Amino acid sequence: MANKSRPKEQWASRLGMIMAVAGSAVGLGNFLRFPGQATENGGGAFMIPYFCALIFLGIPICWAEWTMGKYGGQFGFNSCPAIFGVLGRRPVWRYLGVLGLLVPVVIYMYYVLIESWCLGYAWSYLVGSIDLGPDQSLWVGKSKEFFKDFVGMNFDGLMLDGKLHISVIVWAIVFALNFLLIYRGLSRGIERFCTWAMPVMAICAIAVLVRVLTLGTPDPSLPDQSVANGLGFMWNPKPVKDEGTWLSALAKPQVWMNAAGQIFFSLSVGFGVIINYASYLKRKDDIVLSGLTASATNEFFEVCLGGLITIPAAFVFLGAAGTVGGTFGLGFNTLPVVFLHMPAGRLFGFLWFFMLFLAAITSSLSMLQPAIAFLEEGLGIGRRASVAMLGMITLLGSLFVIYFSKDLVALTTLDDWVGTAMIVLLATVQVILFSWVFGANKGYRFASEGAQMRLPPLFKVAITYIAPLYLIAVLSLWCWNDLPEKLKQVRENEVALFSMCVIAGVLVFLLILINIAGKRWKAEERDTSPPDRLPTEQEVSP
Amino acid sequence: MTASGWLFMLISLLFVLGLNVFCFYKVLVKPAAVEELHAAPPLIDTKDEGT
Repeated sequence: MANKSRPKEQWASRLGMIMAVAGSAVGLGNFLRFPGQATENGGGAFMIPYFCALIFLGIPICWAEWTMGKYGGQFGFNSCPAIFGVLGRRPVWRYLGVLGLLVPVVIYMYYVLIESWCLGYAWSYLVGSIDLGPDQSLWVGKSKEFFKDFVGMNFDGLMLDGKLHISVIVWAIVFALNFLLIYRGLSRGIERFCTWAMPVMAICAIAVLVRVLTLGTPDPSLPDQSVANGLGFMWNPKPVKDEGTWLSALAKPQVWMNAAGQIFFSLSVGFGVIINYASYLKRKDDIVLSGLTASATNEFFEVCLGGLITIPAAFVFLGAAGTVGGTFGLGFNTLPVVFLHMPAGRLFGFLWFFMLFLAAITSSLSMLQPAIAFLEEGLGIGRRASVAMLGMITLLGSLFVIYFSKDLVALTTLDDWVGTAMIVLLATVQVILFSWVFGANKGYRFASEGAQMRLPPLFKVAITYIAPLYLIAVLSLWCWNDLPEKLKQVRENEVALFSMCVIAGVLVFLLILINIAGKRWKAEERDTSPPDRLPTEQEVSP
Repeated sequence: MTASGWLFMLISLLFVLGLNVFCFYKVLVKPAAVEELHAAPPLIDTKDEGT
């Protein structure tokens, strides 16, 4: 015990830590995915299953992740494999912890690219280089072409075709910025950045919100396309696909699954990030209130800002047809047209995409820290070496996604398998580990230490029964509905196959490192087998 | 926008804003309460192999 070293890094302030966790959760999905999900799944009625999922699923899983992280941190560990080993008491859990490294590392490889698109669009608005021509009827088509050219969707290798493409320059800047901030460390890098980025993000979003809500009826010849009707298109309770009444939407299991899915992805559970962030907390730090506050902040950006901006803005200028298109379609095809229609649209277009960039970078930073922590504590290397090593791995992965840009096959394959399926798998592993192996009662007691407010007793029921059942149901549904199609795509498309090889390569590499780390911890008597009791402050002090 | 649309929107916004006000009030205004309430936190015994 005596040679256990205290985690070298600590959060500088409670608020900074909450901002960092909230920044990790707030992303493009809050502004682009949530409004689309609500509109397609019953409008205002969608909020009933949405809030049920938040209370019974999202927040309990968050609290479980915070508890696991803080618990592992008391043993001087900060990475998923080590913390899983402490909680599960068997080496197999350490190896299952590989998901807590694989998921954020692989997602970072393509997420940093999407992040650079946001910054690239913001820059384009700032310098006025988005020009869709004078003919308004062609704007939608030209906007799609602009996006395709910008991200290189027309053929592979467009972004590395011998000339310096603007997208590559922006990507290089964003990639370097991420690693510069991560190199500065937890409190001087991530925390300090998120502490100012989150308020700036809120200010940008509120400025765009005020602009959208004061648009009135921009085209008098189309009186139906007003802000009030745009809000109604999003918030009026309505049946799904015009079948029955709005109450019938609540009878559809798919609506409840979609609501739970939105909450699940929005709160960033199953990323391995919260566990890592919480591991830097002291034993008496309050994780109940901090976890709830981070979740509430995420909901503010999603419901209060995302729910009032995107759909009404698209509806006012483009009607109901402009509100469809998925995350990328709505964000990068539709909204640029909306900003062209909007008075002072160039300014608000810049604010919007700069805000999306901040939302993305606060998330991407959190994706790097779990692997950095693992390399440091698993291999015993310093921050510079661990940052360089992770930088090399993610650079190769990101270049792979950039090169195979045609139809974004590489990006969507990585997102389908890791950004969707493996997140659910990791969350399932976490929930089972917490409630059935570690013990929900023990977790409840440990989470309550230092807590300013009491954890609701419902937490134990939610985390022991509701969350595992839901996650297993989602995994089963994915295997039933999507897996055959995804496997077929991998068999028929070379790029999809290469993408799977990238995932497999990173997985094997991380498993080897976990094996090395396990031997090292054992040799240093820092094995993950738990002591009889939690170490005291004196025992873990250097 | 229908009356029920306004109702769903306002209830949703008020719920989220209320939750945020509650949480940030607790975090920013009453940080010292933790030490007072938990001056002697319970010792967690993890020696429960059988559970």
